[in-house]
Amino acid sequence: MKRKLEISELIFKILSYTLLCVFALCCLYPFVYAISASISGRSAVEYGSVVLFPKDIQFDAFKRMFSDNMFWNAYSNTLFLTLFGTIWAMFVSILGAYALSKKRLLFRKFFNFFLVFTMWFSAGIVPQYLNYLATKDVFNGIGITDDKWLVVIAMGMAAMNIILLRNAFEGVPSEIEEAAIVDGASEMQVLKQVYLPMTKSTIATVALFFAISRWNGYFWARQMISNTNEQPLQVYIRNILETYTDLEQLGGWSYNYAPDSIIFALIVCSIIPILIIYPFIQKYFAKGTNAGGVKE
Amino acid sequence: MKAKAADFLIFDKEAGVYKVDPEQAVRDDVEKHYWRHVLLTVAKDWRLYLMLVPMLLVFLFWRYFPMYELLGCFKVSDNVLPVSKQLFSGFSYFKRLLFAGDGLSTDFWRAMRNTFLLSFYGLCFGFPIPIILALFFNEVRSNIARSVFQVLTYLPKFMSTVVMASLVMMLVKQGSLTTGMGIVSQFLSNIGLIDKTVANAGLLNNPSFFRSIYQISGIWEGAGYDSIVFFAAIIAISPTSYEAAQIDGADKWAQMRYVVLPSILSTIVIMLITRIGSLLNVGYEKVLLLYNTKTYMTADVVSTFAHRNGMGSGAGTGIAAAAEMMNNVIGMLLVIGANTIARKAADTSLY
Repeated sequence: MKRKLEISELIFKILSYTLLCVFALCCLYPFVYAISASISGRSAVEYGSVVLFPKDIQFDAFKRMFSDNMFWNAYSNTLFLTLFGTIWAMFVSILGAYALSKKRLLFRKFFNFFLVFTMWFSAGIVPQYLNYLATKDVFNGIGITDDKWLVVIAMGMAAMNIILLRNAFEGVPSEIEEAAIVDGASEMQVLKQVYLPMTKSTIATVALFFAISRWNGYFWARQMISNTNEQPLQVYIRNILETYTDLEQLGGWSYNYAPDSIIFALIVCSIIPILIIYPFIQKYFAKGTNAGGVKE
Repeated sequence: MKAKAADFLIFDKEAGVYKVDPEQAVRDDVEKHYWRHVLLTVAKDWRLYLMLVPMLLVFLFWRYFPMYELLGCFKVSDNVLPVSKQLFSGFSYFKRLLFAGDGLSTDFWRAMRNTFLLSFYGLCFGFPIPIILALFFNEVRSNIARSVFQVLTYLPKFMSTVVMASLVMMLVKQGSLTTGMGIVSQFLSNIGLIDKTVANAGLLNNPSFFRSIYQISGIWEGAGYDSIVFFAAIIAISPTSYEAAQIDGADKWAQMRYVVLPSILSTIVIMLITRIGSLLNVGYEKVLLLYNTKTYMTADVVSTFAHRNGMGSGAGTGIAAAAEMMNNVIGMLLVIGANTIARKAADTSLY
């Protein structure tokens, strides 16, 4: 009996280690390949002889990219959108979630429904597009001609994140808040000095959710930002991808790297900031996702 | 609900007369001057209500106004006039899309079918894999090894759709006279899974591979991250449950069946509702980035159909809005339906 138990556990253990290794390597492989291909020589990339490690190492693809002003422009635009987009989204979400977490709020049910309904039903991309066009007109009318602000203010708000914050605020014991009020704290002070410190990890999680989605944002930035100098990195990558891939067939490519290496170099540059902060933020993400049990 | 006269009056035994119940009088007063009380409460507590304002405005302007814009599906579409000034056209766009039988209508039906199939396959293949992964994570006892596995498998989730799509395009790209095909195509044709000439023509140019590429890249992207929730539910199971099962002679399979599965069932139900609820919300960004005219047959979904017709040079915003309206209404019914069933069946509900 005992032996049968041990054998079944052993089999399962071996199975899980093997499959986990395979899956983890599959997850990692495309990134390793991208790095290798971005620094490999032209013929190695073109004939597909780069499999894991780089061959005929060159850094000219990176050099060429770094010498392009548009690249730095796109990078700084993405930083701008990420920074201000996250600040604005957090400002709106924290205040809203705080008010929603209060039992004494009148029409609380209605406000919650107002929020949750947007998760059930979305208008779809064409109505949103028309709406953003109208917003753009209004913004231009009041003198905001930089489309980046439209992207920052009008886009990327997520009901789910507000609900995560609301649930975290509801978990703060009311005694602490009452004590603060007895000591004469105002509403703003209660929020700043009681709630924010006590829900630090959820706030970090939500801020990171917003930041990542801003950093990765593509579709609406492409639709709404008309000036090419204001476009973020993701749009820039896509534009390059669309123009470069057929260059080779047309002939006239006389560099020591393949056009593909440019694309891979861009991909590497776009994910490096995330890779750098990723080990630090990874534990927050795990926490925030677990807090996602939504109940009204 | 109107109160009866008898509710207001209480009999005062000492004086021998009917008197007005003071508490009921207050309640009555509140009911009569309801909005005055509301205003007074809000005025006294105005800081709290002010905090709500930015959120309400943002959601009103950029979530609810588009819904008003969506009503364009009932109007004669004219991109010049705002929706409020357009003529009412009834259900003509819906009839056109559903029953006209012309090219547009066939495209719409194809888009509906693709939307449903893409998300249905996503549910079949994408949903169980994170659960299995979580079971495997639980088997890894060393914390360091488990962290390494988790870090590696969560990683693709944080890549943008553009990066993910670019990687996919490069890995399965077509070959030509002077260049080889993508490395994954090479691998698949070398092990004999795909014919060499087919792989050389580019898998993304071939409609019969689009769904597989979409699902596999989806699993690559999300399976690790989606397993977090299930893993958290599994590690919450008390070790004594396993011990008890072991004493009763349960082998690994029986432990899975009688200890682990019942403990994580409610999590599975919640995640399943979320999945079913977003069944028709196919990630349009990913499809837009991966599809091309050659693969419309299997890749074109309702959002991309609407995108082509409403934002490009297609049949116009009215048609596009009608298509999205049908998609979204069915989607909402699915959420509400799944939620109701879950509440009845498992006593778990999401909203």
